[in-house]
Amino acid sequence: MDDDAVFRALADANRRRLLDRLHARNGQTLGQLCDGLAMTRQAVTKHLHVLEEASLVATRRQGREKLHFINAVPINAIAERWIGKFQQPVLGALSDLKRRLEGDSQ
Amino acid sequence: MTETQSRFVYVTYIRTTQEKLWQALTDPEFNTRYWFGARQECAWTVGAPWRLVLADGRLADDGEVLEIDAPRRLVLRWRHQLYPEAHAEGDARCEMELEPAGTAMKLTVTHTIGIADSKLISQVGGGWPRILSNLKSLLETGRIAQEDK
Repeated sequence: MDDDAVFRALADANRRRLLDRLHARNGQTLGQLCDGLAMTRQAVTKHLHVLEEASLVATRRQGREKLHFINAVPINAIAERWIGKFQQPVLGALSDLKRRLEGDSQ
Repeated sequence: MTETQSRFVYVTYIRTTQEKLWQALTDPEFNTRYWFGARQECAWTVGAPWRLVLADGRLADDGEVLEIDAPRRLVLRWRHQLYPEAHAEGDARCEMELEPAGTAMKLTVTHTIGIADSKLISQVGGGWPRILSNLKSLLETGRIAQEDK
């Protein structure tokens, strides 16, 4: 909701990792998100709470499960604040180039 | 989660009233101001046909109103019509929910289709954050963040 909360939430590598995991596969349960991470379930719960407060993660109930989704709207708002409409295609091309040169398939 | 579906959930908080937000979502003239020139054509009753028409007149998506509870909830059957790959995926479901959240309104857009790794869902997934950012700045400041793509 406010930028401070978004930046605070993004300032932590573990929280960014959780967002990366949701970006790779959207709509995961807490258990799925914990799987393979060197974090306790409580730590993941706490991080998800911070992400949710910042509106970077949205949750939906499906039956008995609570699914977590990455919410790109606040990140988009941050990008638009400083990236004008004329710069965006250029920056897109630059980040494509960087990805290709660095061989990053992400 | 079930592996046989693709879903995006987008949430934005907008400092506006429920009625204004509902109007912004359903008024075709207002649509064009934040939806990159696109407009919805619909009578907004259950079962009414729904169409999303691009600025150049091409039909992007169509479907029908599955549920409507003004000014709280709207559910659309959503079938892509522009790109063959996404069209072939069949019907998707788009839910819009408006809830008061303190002095703001919480708008949740959920887009779901019953297949894994959907082309349609990744397409609309790229579009919704920009459309919702535009809608938020239009309602809060009277201007949009991005004039076009």
